[in-house]
Amino acid sequence: MAKTIKQINEKIKKGEVVVATAEEIIDIVEKRGIKNAAQEVDVVTTGTFGPMCSSGAYLNIGHATPKIKLGGGRAYVNDVPVYTGFAAVDVYIGATALADDDPRNKVFPGEFKYGGGHVIEDLVAGKDLRLVATAYGTDCYPRKRLETWINIKDVNEAVLFNPRNSYQNYNVAVNLSDRFIYTYMGGLKPNLGSANYCSAGQLSPLLNDPYYKTIGLGTRIFLGGGMGYVVWQGTQFNPSVPRKENGTPCVPAGALAVLGDLKQMEPEWLVGTTMQGYGTTLTVGIGIPIPILNEEICRYAAVKDDELWTQVVDYSEAYPQGKKGSLGEVNYAHLKSGKITIQGKDVPTGSLSSYPKAVQIANILKEWIKKGDFLLSEPVAYLPGAETGYTFRSLKERPIEN
Amino acid sequence: MISKRIVLHFPHRLAGQPIVYRLVKDYDLEFNILKAYIIPEEEGLLVLELSGEDKDYEQGMQYLTEIGVKLQPLSQDIVRNDRRCSHCSVCVPVCPAGAFVVEPLTREVHFHDDKCIACGICVGACPLGAMEVRF
Repeated sequence: MAKTIKQINEKIKKGEVVVATAEEIIDIVEKRGIKNAAQEVDVVTTGTFGPMCSSGAYLNIGHATPKIKLGGGRAYVNDVPVYTGFAAVDVYIGATALADDDPRNKVFPGEFKYGGGHVIEDLVAGKDLRLVATAYGTDCYPRKRLETWINIKDVNEAVLFNPRNSYQNYNVAVNLSDRFIYTYMGGLKPNLGSANYCSAGQLSPLLNDPYYKTIGLGTRIFLGGGMGYVVWQGTQFNPSVPRKENGTPCVPAGALAVLGDLKQMEPEWLVGTTMQGYGTTLTVGIGIPIPILNEEICRYAAVKDDELWTQVVDYSEAYPQGKKGSLGEVNYAHLKSGKITIQGKDVPTGSLSSYPKAVQIANILKEWIKKGDFLLSEPVAYLPGAETGYTFRSLKERPIEN
Repeated sequence: MISKRIVLHFPHRLAGQPIVYRLVKDYDLEFNILKAYIIPEEEGLLVLELSGEDKDYEQGMQYLTEIGVKLQPLSQDIVRNDRRCSHCSVCVPVCPAGAFVVEPLTREVHFHDDKCIACGICVGACPLGAMEVRF
């Protein structure tokens, strides 16, 4: 019998809800069958903890006396530039922003020890941060310079707003060249010396709901240790990709834009991150509950690592040059075994996404729901499916003639 | 028999002495150089794997201490900040010594510092900055 989110929430309030993680549901389905599992389990919790570059936070720092208008001016937090193109005292900290005097890749590979992602971690950790701003001055906002300490507990709003997180599947990165390369997928040894992947596989939110049948706009989630929401499809969203019979995409596909109150979050789940020779980013912890409304949704949520496939891509030539083509298809059970075979060669694997942390997130969310602290929300709209024709385009470059 | 990996810090004044030669000749120790560098006018650093009879090893270490070489077990060189490590496993394939091993059940990454050759590759490779060099 099908269930509704409303009925599940009633069970949560009464303390009668049955919750399993996306790992536990696999065994339950194997032992009890889909039909029983779908009836007995109300919610499946997922989790992921990996570097997600399209992340950032906005702050309203409050008005100084006399007033200053940061909009159109410049501002830095701990020397990292923050975006000021809003009103007077709203700024946005992007995860990949770097101090003006950071040497970047001038001495290769650059170290990238501190950037926007680290500012966000320090902010969430409750540290005092140095804000330095310059503005042009107006009749109503006369001040031209501001230097002050700021702290998350004193600012008005502090909101994590990530335009693209929680990718539904991702490439396995390898290096066919004869030199070590430094990429956003980590350092890769030459001549197929190593392979890096980045997904929680069977615990990953969108791989457990491949057709976005439950996760939509307004879905309440675990975000950075607090509660947040799915607010839109992630940028580069692409439902129109090849999929396996179980519905899961075998290339990068969907993604989520997420938002939440940074003041509730914890630095353990929002960690400033460095990719040597590449730049800075933010590692984000996300957990999404999947209401088991029927057998079909239960079957999707019970997907296993050996049923989830992805492509091996060369990051020395094919990826940077935008050349299509895969060196092979592997599944997450292969990847987690520690080695995969590419072109007849055994290649050791490493993961950027932490599976133990993903397990921890799925369990925290499970506890929140069981204790009645977290109710499921009904999406107000759904993410676009392949039937809408929504897809991901490359830039159509048009040279500008002078 | 004993086999240990140690870090030797040489003061400037010992730069001209054939210290490793003495370890072989006088104490019958086998050596394998894992890493060496010299900061001119300051100090030299040598990472060695030394094997031999327990007694010979002990006397060899005594000789080094007496002439003024500072000794340190190798595992003290690279340490993992366990609070910062997320057990992602990016370090696993890049470590040339195989010092990081994923536990198959929990998928936690174990750091075997006895295998570590203190090359420092993991320090740059760790995205969360969990690997640190300590002298």
